[in-house]
Amino acid sequence: MGKLARFVKGARTRFPPVPRGPHRMELLKQSFELLEKRELAPKVNLYKVRAPQVARARKAGQFVIIRVCEGSERIPLTIADADPVAGTVTLVVQEVGSTTARMAQVKVGERFADLLGPLGAPTHVAKIGTVVCVGGGIGIAPVHPIAQALKAAGNRVIGVLAARNTGLLFFRDEMRKACDEVRVWTDDGSEGKKGLATDAIKEIQAEVGQIAEVVAIGPVPMMKFVSKLTKELGIKTQVSLNPVMVDGTGMCGGCRVSVDGKSKFVCVDGPEFDGHQVDFDELSRRQAIYKEDERRAMERLVKEVR
Amino acid sequence: MAPTIAPVPKDLKKRFQTPRQEMPAQDPIARGKNFQEVTLGLEAEAAKLEAYRCIYCKEPECVQGCPVGIDIPGFLHEVEKGNFAEALGILKSTNLLPAICGRVCPQEEQCESLCKTGKSKGNRPVAIGRVERFLADWERAGGIAKPVEVAPPTGKKVAVVGSGPAGLACAADLAKLGHKVIVFEAFHKPGGVLVYGIPEFRLPKAIVAKEIANLEKMGVDIVCDFAVGLTATIEDLQKAFDAIFVATGAGLPYFMDLPGENLGGIYSANEYLTRVNLMGAFDPEHNDTPVVRGKNVVVVGGGNVAMDAARTALRLGAEKVRLVYRRSHDEMPAREEEIEHAEEEGIDFTLLTTPVRYLGDDKGRVVAVECRKMELGEPGPDGRRKPVEVAGSEHQFPADVVVVSIGNGPNPLVPRTTPGLETKKGKIVARDGSGRTSMKGVFAGGDIVLGAATVILAMGAGRQAAASIHEYLQTGTW
Repeated sequence: MGKLARFVKGARTRFPPVPRGPHRMELLKQSFELLEKRELAPKVNLYKVRAPQVARARKAGQFVIIRVCEGSERIPLTIADADPVAGTVTLVVQEVGSTTARMAQVKVGERFADLLGPLGAPTHVAKIGTVVCVGGGIGIAPVHPIAQALKAAGNRVIGVLAARNTGLLFFRDEMRKACDEVRVWTDDGSEGKKGLATDAIKEIQAEVGQIAEVVAIGPVPMMKFVSKLTKELGIKTQVSLNPVMVDGTGMCGGCRVSVDGKSKFVCVDGPEFDGHQVDFDELSRRQAIYKEDERRAMERLVKEVR
Repeated sequence: MAPTIAPVPKDLKKRFQTPRQEMPAQDPIARGKNFQEVTLGLEAEAAKLEAYRCIYCKEPECVQGCPVGIDIPGFLHEVEKGNFAEALGILKSTNLLPAICGRVCPQEEQCESLCKTGKSKGNRPVAIGRVERFLADWERAGGIAKPVEVAPPTGKKVAVVGSGPAGLACAADLAKLGHKVIVFEAFHKPGGVLVYGIPEFRLPKAIVAKEIANLEKMGVDIVCDFAVGLTATIEDLQKAFDAIFVATGAGLPYFMDLPGENLGGIYSANEYLTRVNLMGAFDPEHNDTPVVRGKNVVVVGGGNVAMDAARTALRLGAEKVRLVYRRSHDEMPAREEEIEHAEEEGIDFTLLTTPVRYLGDDKGRVVAVECRKMELGEPGPDGRRKPVEVAGSEHQFPADVVVVSIGNGPNPLVPRTTPGLETKKGKIVARDGSGRTSMKGVFAGGDIVLGAATVILAMGAGRQAAASIHEYLQTGTW
């Protein structure tokens, strides 16, 4: 067994046992076992994790904080889907650094050390008309439950899947089920239409006439440019922010961003905010604070695996 | 428990003449480079000698100064005789977390401030905290205390929300009374501020873990990764428990809303200390969580947390750590001992100074703090002289890390998600003495009621609540 595999496996043995005895309640059945794992796109994995309490309590727009094993960081991940009956939550994770790479090493049947949630304020869901839900790349996963909830509330939901190329797209069927209609756009035209998320919105606006709201989730530049466009078009726009987080419960302020000139904690005030009021440049800069440390952590991980 | 009253010994004069035993500590220069505990603890002989300084007061006021009412003369008398197991038994009958209290209590304001030995001319109080710590360390080194008696099971279940000092103290007392206690903690490790806030060099985490393991041995269950308010609400818990104690603390960091406060490298003390203490950023060989390590660190504030942050920055390799405080030395809320330790280690105290804005580079990282000088004006409503800014006194300090440590507000998770719960300014309203809230069966205590206070006050509130919960469980009257 490789060093990394041992490291990750350790998470299982170090996990505190579920309390036993006559008081044992369903309330306490937390084990965070990985039940299913599948590759959606290169370096993008779907994880179905046992977490009955989270599955039951969660609402669209909420996220979890996960710690893969002893020694690893706490990272925030949006709940892409949940099954309250089976007691599972679905997470979609792109391998971008050491922690997500460690996560990819976890095998079905093993446990994550920690999973806390559901965190954040749920999406405000109301019947407002035609809503466009744009998922950019990995942002398709967090936009999925929001589209579900908006449709369930009686809105006409148009989903837009946007990515650099066809290989990076996923959840096509899931989004078709969640939306009334789904459109696909790629930067290079390898699937669907050629162009950016902003082109998709312009097209829909031209056809539909009136969009009541846009929900855009994806990389910061994509959310920034979508918000810029919709501001010009006068369309209300919600974005979901993904800053650096530690606790995820509002006790550190590491995730703070400026919204309408005021400092907000994304983990409790968000993660969704009015895209027209978010200071995206500040968010990008804050996301880059630990670039060097992330590189070093990755180097260490590679060494461990060898 | 009533304090022990023993016959007054005849050698009072000798007792008075015994000097207070000094606390051995790591060398200030060496310790500034490591995260090991600064103070080393008394040796057995020194502890006996220190206990010998107790003069058998008829009415031991020290006990009244202790928020949890430990029988202080009782355990001192046993230590004096070398009966450490008995002494520890007495200590633990009222306080199950002596290793923690012996280290972090401000004894100079509590038990030791009322010690009669200390009141006599030219003498200093008995170092009660040091002897308490000695006993706890003695146990950890393999000594065995008299086991704590646990009452037979009552069949009642109590949920404790938050595993900080208040929650742990409450859980311990309730378990002793025979109730089934389950503690819910949002973080992945229990202990609250004891694990995320107070640094390793003041309170080793292995010690906290050991004290918590002792509680688990008594039958207390701790469920981590469970945020009450989100994972389940207080209402959900009411269905499964006979009573609930909310002790979620003051974990909401205040910022000053200054221009540039969101630059990279500017932390709340909570974030900075959580990264270092809970996530282990001081040891990057074994932990992935990063923290910005600056050459020039500025800490804003003058409380214990500011001292902890400044001393942590030093240990992370800072060349210059400057503590900026808007009042003067005398108004600093930190414990004198902490201030002294910080001074010895070379922290620069820049007093009567306040930051007004932060300057950054093109990458959005902080490079300097602009400050303004302050003067002390008229006393404010709290009796402390109010600082007033001196016009035109702007000056800058270089800074690549800034830690804002100006206090914390009550944790909003439970108040926000519990509609029936009465709050005031974000704090849960609980009746004095009983901890009863506006909801039947729900009690609250510690910083969520008091606002940011001390570890031992929280423990005291936890113990009071436990007594009140016990009464409620027996009588059912609210």
